[in-house]
Amino acid sequence: MENKYLSTEVSIFCKGCGHQLIAVNTEKALNKLGLSPKDVILVTDIGCHGILDKLSSTHTFHGLHGRSAALAAGTSMGLENPKKKVIVFIGDGGSTIGLQHLVDAAVKNVNMTVIVHNNMLYGMTGGQTSGLTPEGFKTETNPAGKQYQNYDISSMLSNAGGSHVRRLVGMGDFSEELYQAFKVQGFSSVEVMEICTSYGVKFNTGKKVTDFIESAGMEIKLFPEKIRAPYKQNERDIMSSLFENIEAINVKYKNKLKKPLKIIVSGSAGEGAQLAAELFAEAAVGSGLKITKKGSYPVTVGVGFSTAELIISPKDILYTGIVTPDIFVITSNDGLNHAKAKLSKMKKGLLLIDATLNPVAVDPGVEVIQYKFRELATPRSAMFLALDILLKYVPSFPAEAFEEAIANSKIGAKFNMEVLKRAEVPKK
Amino acid sequence: MKQKKTILTDNSKLVMESLAQSGCDVFIGYPITPANLLYKYATQRFSVVQDAPDEITTLQWMSGYSATGHIPVTATSFPGFALMLESLNMAYMMELPMVAILVQRLGPSTGTATAGAQGDLALLNGMISGGHALPVFCLSNAVDCWEIPNKAAKIAAEFRTPVVILTSKEMMMSLNSFDMGKLKKLSPVERKFYESDEPFVPYKPQKNLVPEFLPLGNNKHRVRITSSTHDTKGILQHSTPEALGNTVRLNEKIVKNAKKYSFYELDEQESDTIIVSYDATAEAAREAVGMIREKGKKVSLLICKTMIPVLEEYIKILNKYKKIVIAEENLTGQFRKILFGTHGKEGVTGVNAIGRMISPDDIAKEVK
Repeated sequence: MENKYLSTEVSIFCKGCGHQLIAVNTEKALNKLGLSPKDVILVTDIGCHGILDKLSSTHTFHGLHGRSAALAAGTSMGLENPKKKVIVFIGDGGSTIGLQHLVDAAVKNVNMTVIVHNNMLYGMTGGQTSGLTPEGFKTETNPAGKQYQNYDISSMLSNAGGSHVRRLVGMGDFSEELYQAFKVQGFSSVEVMEICTSYGVKFNTGKKVTDFIESAGMEIKLFPEKIRAPYKQNERDIMSSLFENIEAINVKYKNKLKKPLKIIVSGSAGEGAQLAAELFAEAAVGSGLKITKKGSYPVTVGVGFSTAELIISPKDILYTGIVTPDIFVITSNDGLNHAKAKLSKMKKGLLLIDATLNPVAVDPGVEVIQYKFRELATPRSAMFLALDILLKYVPSFPAEAFEEAIANSKIGAKFNMEVLKRAEVPKK
Repeated sequence: MKQKKTILTDNSKLVMESLAQSGCDVFIGYPITPANLLYKYATQRFSVVQDAPDEITTLQWMSGYSATGHIPVTATSFPGFALMLESLNMAYMMELPMVAILVQRLGPSTGTATAGAQGDLALLNGMISGGHALPVFCLSNAVDCWEIPNKAAKIAAEFRTPVVILTSKEMMMSLNSFDMGKLKKLSPVERKFYESDEPFVPYKPQKNLVPEFLPLGNNKHRVRITSSTHDTKGILQHSTPEALGNTVRLNEKIVKNAKKYSFYELDEQESDTIIVSYDATAEAAREAVGMIREKGKKVSLLICKTMIPVLEEYIKILNKYKKIVIAEENLTGQFRKILFGTHGKEGVTGVNAIGRMISPDDIAKEVK
């Protein structure tokens, strides 16, 4: 009778290779499980074990070296079907490079079974040392024996929370152990200990697989089982459209702009410069203008400068950059330091700057207004006051529009609007 | 005419809503600036969102989801994309539909995460080992951010291929006033799976060179998917004629079907000069063209949206001009080299910059 899942009648592996025994036992175990071959997905990767998928009558998925556990996790999560059995064949080399994928699948308890073909070295590439090679084990690249201990992959997967983790010696009939692992709903793994017959035996004459298992202190056992539900994506509370809660901005106010106005505001992180610029933009749209706002800040968003480039325009805006602004608004020392290069290029226009700052090297063609933004409004509201003063000093659209945008925003309830209303507008 | 509905939005929101309406239901994310808004919006809109522990896992999980019938999406920037490269080659070889959004930032290496750039096109042009083409699309304005992702998802499914949406920091993160009335209604991807009772041959091409698709794990037919050189059955081969033919087909599938995804904008005048641009610099090019024409001079404009495969039309169009100015925000003119080679061509010049946006003035000056 033909094998149902894996054709194992003729070995495709080197003579005496333990991988063949794994294939034979897998066939037996799957027969015990009784699934249709179309309910089984065999995921393999690069390494001698991976040449076997052509003999499989199940679905097969053959990917990159060491990535089969992640590929299988994606498959299992994509199927989310307890009736389907996702099986990973991976080697000790693949387990080294793909360690994160194995641990992650165990942590999540993804519904899959991993069979680690641990023959103690990279066989396909000529017998190099892997992360799972035991201490003292001789290889092509460590002829005097590996200098340090191996990753204990089974302990790691058990500690990571895999439901069912076992290590066994790959001799005789271990189909019952594989069957027990296949039965699990959740993450299960079986580490099968072998010695590569081509390289392992050659470099370690006279040694048995059990010698290394013993000297490495690896236990042959079923690790304590953990009864956990297999991974399932939670129902997510999602929007029917990302625009569902966004109301159109009504044009309530009139503007006086004839051409685009380019404004750079520059302050310190955590002092509301981005929000002030955003509400300014909203108010501009509410006054019939087009806007673009481009934020710039260091990667550590909570410290250092925080700059926004604003273009407000009566017509469509294409290019969103500002080479030289018409107006610079600076409310902090961080903001000034970041602004210096662009500020030095300004030959005309307006600089609104906090009174505590020294606007050195500003072209005489630039009108400079120093104002106690920080003192009057506190540092957290300085940019709001500065933009409000700007709208009153250079009428482009009504300051009321900006004040209304602030009042209706998330900070509206706590914002001290009186500071804006009371502040004196500089005289021309 | 549609009623005006002006809102403030960034383009990341348009891209993610477009993909969601297209039927992409899985997002695998690993955070990286400046792609974080895309990830955030995905968590608000996609029914399946997975937080991957790294970008290699991201692409592997996407491949698993794709093989089981989903169209997964991710968004990253160069450092993350670099880690995805081997797995993207895998997905290309396996012929798995998916969408990867690459938001460019200033390199090399970690560079400046919060500065824009257009520095990754040359990488994308050579990213598939062997020189195969993988479809890459660029977004040149807010309307593109709505329409192109929808097309990209459909192309991924129809041609069984990963596609890359190439964009950049300013395009994804700037806030704009936008009239929602400009958004066309999108139709979702219609997946067609193999239906015959005959055994499924996973890499047997149809007339259009694309093999039919059937999800892994289905109850009807066994499916084989592999990343190694393989025959039409999906069986690993060293270099049989059939297997090498399959490898050649992968490229031909993309290149020969390019007329189905030729996206560009051509605004021609009777002039011997043409400006070429793409991505965030496209808007500066449009503005430069306006400035030049306002002064009474004629100039043409080509905004490229299909970047790879490089369209034959581009060469046909450009061959008509004596002066070709290619504006892109990178050091050496990557698109210019793709079009005209390392040594260039007489009359072809570049407007390039790093660490700052290219301005309309920069482009207009080069045209003079």
